[in-house]
Amino acid sequence: MPELGKYAFAVLTSYGVTIALLAGVVLLSLWQGARMRRALAEVEARASEAVDG
Amino acid sequence: MSIWEYANPKKFMQTSAWALPWVTGLTVLCLGVGLVWGFFFTPDDYKQGSTVKIMFLHVPAAMMAINAWVMMLVTSLIWVIRRHHVSALAAKAAAPVGLTFTLIALATGALWGQPMWGTWWAWDPRLTSFLILALFYLGYIALWNAVENPDTAADLTSVLCVVGSVFALLSRYAVKFWNQGLHQDSTILKVGEKDPLDPAFYQPLVVCIFGFIFLFLALVLLRTRTEIRARRLSALVSRERLA
Amino acid sequence: MIALLVRDLRLAFRAGGGFGLGLAFFLLVAVLVPLGVGPEGGTLATIAPGILWVGALLACLLSLDRIFALDFEDGSLDLLATAPLPLEGAVAVKAAAHWLVTGLPLTLVSPVLGLLLFLPADGYFWLVVSLGLGTPALSIIGAFGAALTVGLKRGGLLLSLLVLPLYVPTLIFGAEVVKRGAMGMDPGTPLALLAAITAGSAALLPFAAAAAIRVNLR
Repeated sequence: MPELGKYAFAVLTSYGVTIALLAGVVLLSLWQGARMRRALAEVEARASEAVDG
Repeated sequence: MSIWEYANPKKFMQTSAWALPWVTGLTVLCLGVGLVWGFFFTPDDYKQGSTVKIMFLHVPAAMMAINAWVMMLVTSLIWVIRRHHVSALAAKAAAPVGLTFTLIALATGALWGQPMWGTWWAWDPRLTSFLILALFYLGYIALWNAVENPDTAADLTSVLCVVGSVFALLSRYAVKFWNQGLHQDSTILKVGEKDPLDPAFYQPLVVCIFGFIFLFLALVLLRTRTEIRARRLSALVSRERLA
Repeated sequence: MIALLVRDLRLAFRAGGGFGLGLAFFLLVAVLVPLGVGPEGGTLATIAPGILWVGALLACLLSLDRIFALDFEDGSLDLLATAPLPLEGAVAVKAAAHWLVTGLPLTLVSPVLGLLLFLPADGYFWLVVSLGLGTPALSIIGAFGAALTVGLKRGGLLLSLLVLPLYVPTLIFGAEVVKRGAMGMDPGTPLALLAAITAGSAALLPFAAAAAIRVNLR
């Protein structure tokens, strides 16, 4: 851990806020992506069944 | 072989599926190296002390916040002119990422300003412009969400993006004018106009900037893929309903 | 075009509320601010230009969704879109009508409200000039916002969110004119820029607004 001196609060909070926000948007994107992939796979399976059946 | 081939959703899905892991890898590499370097292995600035470490977050985020809007403007124009769906969806996918970068730039700016300028918030031209930029992002995203028909939404948001760009530029100069006009503000320290940057800060900063660029690319690719899937899903569902 | 203007004006006066509402709101702002800030003349005089401009802006915002919404509901917007008059022209006329029923009365009553807020004597002339020059821009930008949201069910709040950031330059230059005028400085530069915004918006935004309406009517 580097010595941050009297500005430790500002520096640490900046890194904390940034990482939290970035993690937020990354996780949100991943979650939306996964959900959409599942939903699409389900409907596509149904669609191909309909064609085969 | 031209760039317009990527306007075909299928082609885009193939290429992006190939590119996404690479871009993600580069993101992790650059951001990891840059941030660890910036946080642990940079000296304190003689004037600003350890707060100089905030620069490695603040500057790239601010750059990409503006670049993301420019990218949305370009993709919106491509949609209006050539009507490639992937382009419109990419603009839609980029907006929340750009908003996040804007918020990061604002938050880190406030945290940096508190010890340096003695205030969390100054109505400094740059800060004010970014606040306005955040409002533009919010309005853009809200309009996408409010319109049900996807093509209508793409058209309307494109028009908004073009008009918004003009007004964002205007606001930028208006805000500069406004603050220089009457209230001289001595607390302003312009980020871009510092004394030449020491290599010890410059090198990790460049790595971080590349990290943010790759992060933006990776997120836009990922989110555009999601949007394309969403489009296909709604097409399949409506076909099922017809059958 | 004249017929459309007359029709819009007549509707605005007849429908009740649409016309007086913005004006009443403007008056309320000017009355409420001193109640909140305190009656000290000095403070009020400093913030008067800003308050009057923000009040005018919000009052303008109130009636924006009426520009196209009623016509969209009863189908006359479809008629306008197919009429021989270009839609761009119709948009401009409707924005002008909106200005005549909100911006112009606001401009005319603003000196009275300046009195309530202890606006310095030098400021009155510039207040009227800046509002007269600036409120047309507010109406046109607002018409663009209204065109974007015309087909939406919950358009009102979205309209405010879309239009307010677009109002920023107008507000800054407008308030700056009054501020400089009130302090006895030369307000020429912001006044010229304000006029430029109004002229530019009037020239270009009707096209964007008409494009948005065509999309919404599709």
